[in-house]
Amino acid sequence: MKILVAVKRVIDYNVQIRVKEDGSGVVTDNVKMSTNPPDDNAIEEAVKIKEAGKATEIVAITVGEEKAQETVRKALAVGADKGIHVKTEGVLEPLAVSKIIQKIVEKEKPDLVFMGKQAIDDDCNQTGQMLSALLNWPQATFASNIEVKDNSLEVTREIDEGLETVEINIPAIVTCDLRLNEPRYASLPNIMKAKKKPIEEINVSDLGIDITPRVQQLKVEEPPKRKAGIKVANVAELVQKLKNEAKVI
Amino acid sequence: MAVLLIAEHNNKELRPFTLNAATAASQIDTEVHAVIIGQNSENAAKKLSELPVVKKVISIEAPHYENFTAENFAPAIVKLAENYSHIVCSANTFGKNLMPRVAAHLDTSQVSDIIKVISPDTFLRPIYAGNAFATVKTNDAKKCVTIRPTSFEPCESSGGTATIEKGEAGEEFSNTKFIKREEIKSDRPELGTARIVVSGGRGMQSGDNFKLITEVADKLGAAIGASRAAVDAGYISNDHQVGQTGKVVVPDLYIAIGISGAIQHLAGMKESKVIVAINKDGEAPIFSVADYGLEADLFEALPQFMEELNKLNTIQK
Repeated sequence: MKILVAVKRVIDYNVQIRVKEDGSGVVTDNVKMSTNPPDDNAIEEAVKIKEAGKATEIVAITVGEEKAQETVRKALAVGADKGIHVKTEGVLEPLAVSKIIQKIVEKEKPDLVFMGKQAIDDDCNQTGQMLSALLNWPQATFASNIEVKDNSLEVTREIDEGLETVEINIPAIVTCDLRLNEPRYASLPNIMKAKKKPIEEINVSDLGIDITPRVQQLKVEEPPKRKAGIKVANVAELVQKLKNEAKVI
Repeated sequence: MAVLLIAEHNNKELRPFTLNAATAASQIDTEVHAVIIGQNSENAAKKLSELPVVKKVISIEAPHYENFTAENFAPAIVKLAENYSHIVCSANTFGKNLMPRVAAHLDTSQVSDIIKVISPDTFLRPIYAGNAFATVKTNDAKKCVTIRPTSFEPCESSGGTATIEKGEAGEEFSNTKFIKREEIKSDRPELGTARIVVSGGRGMQSGDNFKLITEVADKLGAAIGASRAAVDAGYISNDHQVGQTGKVVVPDLYIAIGISGAIQHLAGMKESKVIVAINKDGEAPIFSVADYGLEADLFEALPQFMEELNKLNTIQK
């Protein structure tokens, strides 16, 4: 079984986001970038399935500018066998990304596609579901547990009401939740070895799809600031303020 | 053209966020039609027809709609879509799972999780877990929009008399099989919708110490949250995590206990109406967003907090 895992390069989750003064976006120059956190869970799960002898090959794919390749390299260091970097510039919407991955799926013919449930930059939560619609494959979103069966997966999904279990026939798409597993760190020897693993570079123009954005970002601004609060001297004062001033208890 | 609202329900009742999504839909266009897809969902369909903002209900019933599988729902919605300019649903796990599938079938770029309708094609939405707000304009002819339920008031739930039409069911998608749903039964409210959230961080020092939080939460009828640090340290399970990579919460009162206030935690709670921070480090960043800060050792402050709450004659629920 072959697993394709999609990874995205985003601003590291510990970085304080700064909005550009001209309102055109957020500052990304000289800012620490990392793999989107739930994408790390997606890679980890694929590697675990391979270690359990249930998968034979893991291909990591990213779509984006030159530096996006770092995320593929990291995936190779934790256990992916081969990388694909589809090179693009400018704004990419989830619909465009899912069309790109659809093309790669047609070529690579994976049995499963894994990715994070959501990217922590645009917070869209769309790509996995869209890809699944385009391929007409089953989808299991927000996965917190995956059991590999003969020709299917049994997936536990995190939903608002609790947990839902579905069985999806292979080929299928799974989007991964943070609770799915604990992503491992790459060891230094594996980082060195990953440098020798192949990464195929593909220009998006060679895929013959229209990735023109449909949604215009007119303005990006800081959210309204909270007004400064006060320090209270003790617990009695706190409870009194909550009861009589804020009137919330 | 009208707006099509996708109702969320459990085959018996409407789920509450349908009312918030209906409000958002009515701000896009006054002509709101609602589709309800399920099995034996007549009662929920009737409830939907009673929302005054809904002008027409389309009810689609089939056994394979019983468990709300997106692969089954999407084609039925796509079939209706030609009559509508917008398709709207709440951005909870139901809508997040379903809407992109609809959007991809329609070759439309979805606008996720809006917090404000600026005009029928322009919306405000949070990005970077609410650390920035983006104003976006969609140029697609058909607009698929999910709304953040806590940013819109629920609509009136009675007085409407919309007609209920039967819609045509689509084929069953045979490669996805529903197995089971385990609803977490808890006397406490759900983290995402609770009026009060009491959260603990690394300062709790152990999972056992979370019982101090549990006591306060039970007294206040609150949900229990946690910082990523507390989850990573194994004090509490991941489903309690508030923050950029966990849940974003907007309660009336958020009480952060032993939480320093890492950026990614703040992103998940700083829109709360009133924020309380209890931390022994007076320099902790959490105090910069707190309306009421108490610099104190939580192991002394929490028992005192319980005592003070016990003295109150009434506590709002």
